[in-house]
Amino acid sequence: MTVQGKSVVSVLGVNKVFESAGGRTTALEGIDLAIGPGEFVSLIGPSGCGKSTLLRVIGDLTSPTSGTVTVNGKTARQARQDRDYGIVFQAPVLFDWRSVQANVALPLEVKGVSGADRQRRVQAMLELVELKDFARHYPYQLSGGMQQRVSIARALALEPSILLMDEPFGALDEMTRERMNAEVQRIWQQTGTTVVFVTHSIPEAVFLSSKVVVMSPRPGRIVRVIDVDLPRPRNDDTRETARYFELITEVRETLRGRWSGEGAAKASGAATSVASMERTQAEGAVG
Amino acid sequence: MSLATLEPGFVSAPKASPVTRVVRQVRDQAPAIVVFVAVIGLWEAVVSALNLQQFVLPRPSEIATAFVAELPVLQKAAGATLYEALGGLVIGVSAGVLTAFAVSRWGRVRDIVLPIAVGASAIPIIAAAPIMSNWFGILNPFAKMAIVILLTFFPMLVNVARGLSQVDESAVELMRASAASEGQILRKVRIPNALPYFFTALKICTTLSLIGAVIAEYFGGANDVLGRVIVQSSSRLRFDITWAAIVVVAATGIVLYLAVVVVERVVIPWHASQRAGGS
Amino acid sequence: MTRSPVRAIARGVLLGLLFLAAVVAVWEGAKALGGDPWRFPDGKGGETVYVPPLKWPIVNDLALPHVWKIADALAGPVQREQAQTLAGFLVAAAIHTGQEALFGFLLGALLGLALAAGFVHSKLAERAFMPYVVASQTIPILALAPLIAFAFGNGVFGIVIVASYLTFFPVAIAQLRGLTSPDPRALELMRSCAATKWTIFWKLRMPASLPYLFSALKVAATASIVGAIVGEGNPGGSQFGLGRAILNFNEQYTSAPEKLWAAILAASLLGISFFLAVRLAELVALRGRPASGQA
Repeated sequence: MTVQGKSVVSVLGVNKVFESAGGRTTALEGIDLAIGPGEFVSLIGPSGCGKSTLLRVIGDLTSPTSGTVTVNGKTARQARQDRDYGIVFQAPVLFDWRSVQANVALPLEVKGVSGADRQRRVQAMLELVELKDFARHYPYQLSGGMQQRVSIARALALEPSILLMDEPFGALDEMTRERMNAEVQRIWQQTGTTVVFVTHSIPEAVFLSSKVVVMSPRPGRIVRVIDVDLPRPRNDDTRETARYFELITEVRETLRGRWSGEGAAKASGAATSVASMERTQAEGAVG
Repeated sequence: MSLATLEPGFVSAPKASPVTRVVRQVRDQAPAIVVFVAVIGLWEAVVSALNLQQFVLPRPSEIATAFVAELPVLQKAAGATLYEALGGLVIGVSAGVLTAFAVSRWGRVRDIVLPIAVGASAIPIIAAAPIMSNWFGILNPFAKMAIVILLTFFPMLVNVARGLSQVDESAVELMRASAASEGQILRKVRIPNALPYFFTALKICTTLSLIGAVIAEYFGGANDVLGRVIVQSSSRLRFDITWAAIVVVAATGIVLYLAVVVVERVVIPWHASQRAGGS
Repeated sequence: MTRSPVRAIARGVLLGLLFLAAVVAVWEGAKALGGDPWRFPDGKGGETVYVPPLKWPIVNDLALPHVWKIADALAGPVQREQAQTLAGFLVAAAIHTGQEALFGFLLGALLGLALAAGFVHSKLAERAFMPYVVASQTIPILALAPLIAFAFGNGVFGIVIVASYLTFFPVAIAQLRGLTSPDPRALELMRSCAATKWTIFWKLRMPASLPYLFSALKVAATASIVGAIVGEGNPGGSQFGLGRAILNFNEQYTSAPEKLWAAILAASLLGISFFLAVRLAELVALRGRPASGQA
């Protein structure tokens, strides 16, 4: 599971406990994860398994209660301040007072990139997501899928080494989603960015990733990391191969706590029996 | 707002103990309390120290004395002014609501009337107070009520009309799918939707009604209304009485506002603003 | 869909004229039904008289002068034996009042913006002062307007204070709501590319707050005018300004009712133009955004 030597993202013994007026919740417990350069890693699991929290811990948008996160050889905080990240949410989160190109330009403005360079970069990003003709449009004039593409263009504007994506296609219909998967794949191969991708969709995780990290809730922890050995580049034909379905089944069974093949019941931190996983999974099964 | 609430599947555990909660409340309100005490203390001290003849801004203690001394006068005046304010409020609000219903039936009519109503609320209606006094007689409470009616009519009309029409289209479609009549849609969808808008406007209107009545009285009226008490006491340079009357106006305004808040909590407990604890 | 500002203005003008026409129609229509007899010189030294069928005291010539009589009075002298026309006088008065209101409005708006910006960045300041900002809404500043004007020697400054108070609190509250309105994910977005608090304020919070700000500004614009008019009402106060004009003409009502109506007309036009100015600024500032359900 751990890549010896060069990891771009190294998470060691991370715990995250939320204290609120209501009490304590352990969102993450004993997380160990290593992500190599240029890998596409999906985090999948039922609600409450902490996958979004883990994504945010990696991106220094929230601090772990204990444990360390090393990104590009620095602390996560330093990486964020060096602008190593791009982030895409489930909602496009575009600024509705800015045009499409102004939205993509936002990180460049924040960094202080000058006008001409900025324009060039924005144009390049819009070409990458194939929205060059919509540069002057406003967000409300675009469909959901197009808005998400703008938000991807924005996330890549600063050429980040790491792209964080939190269920970016959750709000889209199945066909648009599959198209967007192909887009993301193409962009990933073109830019070579390391991607951490949170999703609810098993087919999406298998289609896109080099590795699928299966998590379970209460407390949030990693159950298993599955290597996806489908050949690249992946396309619609890949979705019809036997290996694709085998991998989907493998992920699904792991989620249900019934995987008895290699790596079964291996969890970092507390030991978990198949029976107890089945119990906890019963409430939050991924569809 | 903590990131904790963004986590899918975040479930709150049992509440903290009552003691902890009280302590937290006090700690939250402490800065405000400090400011209040500081301001009152400063007011009293500065006015005493500089020995400001009660020129316009008397000491809080003097205002309190005047309040007690003039209580019967103030009570009577408050009653008279309240009569004008509430009378105008009831008529203005009813007229506004009825007009909103009439206007919302047809989109075209609404698109014409609403912008006019919004524009009309930009007119300083209070300037018409002398006209009303001339029409109805300077001593007639209705002259002041007329101003209040004009003041409250427009905000109520605009808000209720918006509430009746800015409905989630899916809700209307749902009703049409079960072959509901327009009347049923009105009763089951539009009116409940309009209730929060109504209460928002009502809060504005109660404040407007009281202030409107008092200011209208500035332009002339019977002697035993709050506006006249204010004008006459200040022309006699008895500013302690003036401020006591102002306090009465403010207190009455607060009471009216709170009354609306209470009614709102009873009528629309389901609305988000009521659940979140505070408007 | 966003409306182009030009279309919106054209539509507004049309509606305004329509409304004006309707008002005049109702006005004269009521007088035709129940007013005093209408007299027209018939060009031969005599008069044609039209007697309305009913009698409603409220629309007689004293309470509701004919629209053309008001227009005549506007062209005539403001007082007997004076050179200045009523119209000229009222325009000057409106400018006087308008300036006071405008200074107060701008001052109050700036203070409100500053306060809101301060509250966004300091929880302590918010907790200490917010209850008073909210409670201050209950202080009837309009009722205090003459008092405040008096305290400042009935000069312009007192009126400016009143107008700025009436603007300050609604703007502060609305602006604070607006500044804190952005989606938390938008804030995360800014932090993910290491934006400073300053950058977040100018690039995210301020633009997001503009719709809220303009709602408050529209209300405050009218309130400033009203505050100025009421504040000018003190005896011994300034002789200029619409507040004083209204009170003076009120005293002359029995002899010249048209003057009071003319003054009220002037006040209405002043209020409306203030409102329209803010509305215009809003159309420009919020261009490109999807239209909300506002008039």
